[in-house]
Amino acid sequence: MKTSFGVKEVVAVGIGAALFVALTQVQIPLGIPNTYLQPRAALLAFLAAVFGPIVGAAVGLIGHAVGDMFFYGSAWWSWVFPEAVFGIIVGVFAKKYAIKEGGFGKKEIIHFNVVQIIANAAAWILVAPVLDIIIYKEPVNKVFLQGVAAWLGNVVIIAILGTLLAVGYSKVGAKSSSLTKED
Amino acid sequence: MARILTYEEKDTWIHRLSGVTKLIFFLLWTLISMLSYDTRVLLSMVLGSLIIYKMSKIKWRQVGTVFMFILFFLVFNLIAIFVFSPYEGVNIYGSRTDIMHLFGGYFLTKEQLFYEFNVMIKYVTIVPAVFMFIITTNPSEFAASLNRIGVSYNVGYAVAITLRYIPDVQDDFTKIKHAQEARGIEMSGKASLFGRIKNIASIIFPLIFTSMERIDVVSNAMELRGFGKHKKRTWYAGKKLKRADYIVIGVIVVITVAALIITFHDGNRFYNPFMK
Repeated sequence: MKTSFGVKEVVAVGIGAALFVALTQVQIPLGIPNTYLQPRAALLAFLAAVFGPIVGAAVGLIGHAVGDMFFYGSAWWSWVFPEAVFGIIVGVFAKKYAIKEGGFGKKEIIHFNVVQIIANAAAWILVAPVLDIIIYKEPVNKVFLQGVAAWLGNVVIIAILGTLLAVGYSKVGAKSSSLTKED
Repeated sequence: MARILTYEEKDTWIHRLSGVTKLIFFLLWTLISMLSYDTRVLLSMVLGSLIIYKMSKIKWRQVGTVFMFILFFLVFNLIAIFVFSPYEGVNIYGSRTDIMHLFGGYFLTKEQLFYEFNVMIKYVTIVPAVFMFIITTNPSEFAASLNRIGVSYNVGYAVAITLRYIPDVQDDFTKIKHAQEARGIEMSGKASLFGRIKNIASIIFPLIFTSMERIDVVSNAMELRGFGKHKKRTWYAGKKLKRADYIVIGVIVVITVAALIITFHDGNRFYNPFMK
């Protein structure tokens, strides 16, 4: 688990959050009102997987809060914090995915996706609805249905876009193992 | 990619306040609106934020589109609450006064209307405060303010970088999008769902990979200039706290305490006009 917070991490959080904010408005409609696939979720999963839990949490918190405020004029706090929960859970296993080292293969893809499904469930089916109830006192069945919808949407987009991003970056950014041994 | 709130330089007393003051004000204001469900508190906050909005001389064209969007979202949310739980208000206030029968099991009750009215003003109170905060605070000064209230300057700097690079990233996004369109990729809603994901990916991939390079470039530049060497740093854009700042901070602290006492003195967060 990577816990150091150096210059690189500061910049990764800054630019990562800026990307997250810019992607706030990029949504893929599913045809059901107010339900979209959000590519920014894939971005967050990718950044957390590359830079670790602290960067993941910070990008989620700053990106979501700033994005909400800039585009929607208010921060929906009960949906800001789950973003950090998600970033932490995915980021904890950053070393295991070995994306930067160019080792993001089949085993790592499965690992990454299992983790993201669990992390999404913890964030959107558990934390977000509970906070909605505690902070905003919204109806229980409504917030859990919203949570499940968000969980499903995020799992799908991360499984596709997030995985592809990690695979692509693992190939491009591979430094330690870009040479293959000839037989 | 427009429709975004941005800082605009002006000379009002709110603009002259230090970023620290506005940040503390904003955080406490948000805290009250989160905790309280007391109609009296919320209504006075709506009034207060309208006064602040007026005094900060924000123009409607700066916030109009965002405001309409919030309104749309709010209405949608209120309808959703009613559809999912038409008797939430009845449960909360512990009484039931029917107004009319709508259809099936749906009755319109006074309690539900009152509850949804409270949900509405709870969101509305925070909006002018956000507008005020974003439009009257210089982003560079904001980073300095974060550091001043005790947040590590690394975090302050990360936020400053975020605010600094949002326009750049948006620019990149538009450029890449145009380039891909020039190559014949269909961006409108005509494509199938999988096609749409693919199209978005054709923008996002170059965008994220160039940003990863940018992270390297910027962090190398900062490292070369010795960023992170010392425990403290000074800020070019930081403002000293003046008398007006202390007054505003004092006032908002008093308001917060008063609001919380009024809200919680009877043991719960709700103001209940139905209880006789």
